[in-house]
Amino acid sequence: MTPLDADIAHLLAGTMVLVSFLLLYQDRMFGLLNLFALQAGVLALSVGWQAYLQHAPHLFITALIALVFKGIVIPVALRRIVVRLGIHRTIETVVSIGPTMLFGISLVALSIIVMLPVTETASAFVREDLAFALSVVLLGFLMMVTRRNAVSQVIGFMSLENGLVLAATGARGMPLVVEISVGFSVLIAFIVIGLFLFRIRERFDTVDLQALDMSRGESES
Amino acid sequence: MIADWLTQLTQSALVLGLAPLLVGVTRKIRARLLRRQGASIFQPYRDLLKLIRKEAVIADNASWLFRAAPYVIFATTWIAAALIPTFATGLIWSTAADVIVIVALLGTARFLLALAALDVGTSFGGIGSSREMMFASLAEPAMLMAVFTLSLFAGSTQLSSISAYMHAPQAGLSISLALALAALIIVSIGENARIPVDNPATHLELTMVHEAMILEYSGRHLAVLEAAAAVKLLLYLSLIACIFAPWGTAIAGAGAFGYAIGLGAYLVKLTVLAFALVAFETAIAKMRVFRVPEFLGVALMLGLLGTILLFVSRIPH
Repeated sequence: MTPLDADIAHLLAGTMVLVSFLLLYQDRMFGLLNLFALQAGVLALSVGWQAYLQHAPHLFITALIALVFKGIVIPVALRRIVVRLGIHRTIETVVSIGPTMLFGISLVALSIIVMLPVTETASAFVREDLAFALSVVLLGFLMMVTRRNAVSQVIGFMSLENGLVLAATGARGMPLVVEISVGFSVLIAFIVIGLFLFRIRERFDTVDLQALDMSRGESES
Repeated sequence: MIADWLTQLTQSALVLGLAPLLVGVTRKIRARLLRRQGASIFQPYRDLLKLIRKEAVIADNASWLFRAAPYVIFATTWIAAALIPTFATGLIWSTAADVIVIVALLGTARFLLALAALDVGTSFGGIGSSREMMFASLAEPAMLMAVFTLSLFAGSTQLSSISAYMHAPQAGLSISLALALAALIIVSIGENARIPVDNPATHLELTMVHEAMILEYSGRHLAVLEAAAAVKLLLYLSLIACIFAPWGTAIAGAGAFGYAIGLGAYLVKLTVLAFALVAFETAIAKMRVFRVPEFLGVALMLGLLGTILLFVSRIPH
């Protein structure tokens, strides 16, 4: 592996972290969907590059799954759901972008601090990849925590899964069967969540999840 | 030694001479993109000459600060611009002044401009100053973070060394460099009052920032301030060109041919950057003032992220 190869892998993994931040920054529905598709595209590129570097043809299938399902099918389906729910004009009320961003950066720092000592024996290349993947996972969690709209929580969940795939390809251990089953379970989760969205909306006339808190009697108001 | 002085003086004269032309070129490109004819690219020179010949009208309650500030602002901006290797490295001042000095000089100019705008006591000046300071409190740390990323990468805060390092084949691709570039671009758009942040073409708009601060100035004072603004635009474009596109820059002692190539490459780089800037400006709408801190906050975040990611990157030396 030449230094330039490693640099390109590094660049792609870093771009995924960056897109995660853009997801946190974006507060419009369609912008969010486009960014999610972009992240899936970058993931596919990154996995494809790893497949080329590691001479692991089965990783190409993973890249293809990422591109087709997460880059095309899920964003298109989500877009349909958003249009059908009639929430495409809603600009979300996020917790507030500034603090979220700062929190996100501290999460990235945390994942680097955690990952570097733990993987001391692994090659530098794998360490970087794992640190980036952990950041993407944590940022996905952060997105699920800070968003109130159910659709953007779904996107947070999906981007978290992108981080998992990134980690799996860097660690060069995950067999193809696991890969495919993870891919399909995410798809099934997506379908279930999609159904839930419609149920929530039927019941509460909104996909703002604070309505759920109220119905459980948790909110003060 | 003498060659170094010569390079330094030529560059200082060059940045001053080219700055109005750069403004003229950006206006021309913008007009052509909007399918207008546009004024000649030399129009800014004529405007400056006209302003210098006119009488300066000064408010009754203006203090000495109001009169002195334009010259100090112009001087600090000019010095900062002269510290950047434009077409050749090996400047005589580059050992004494690094990127952090440039940031500090620009900060001084900004401080004085905000003070001068407050001096007369009109409401527009006050609005302009307060907004400028609000933006600056985010733009300046963002710029510093980008500079730190680059300095950690190149192992030096001197622009000549950073430029030379980036020119060498060992500097590969790195996500941190991409982040620093993005942060620098956002900061330069914000600092030069370009479109998503402020509109450089308008004079009376409620959201104006830079124009609001210089609203009370006229005559030669206004000329000097406009020249300073033009030099500042040139400074940021040259900074980006010198760090991220160091190709063709003449190394100290390259001979007449090398310098000619360096000069040509510099002009090409400036034109390309000006075109990119204007294309971006025409494609985007102006932001609400209270969205600008978010925009600049992104630059700060990118700079911070770039620095953090450096710790997991392979730094080639």
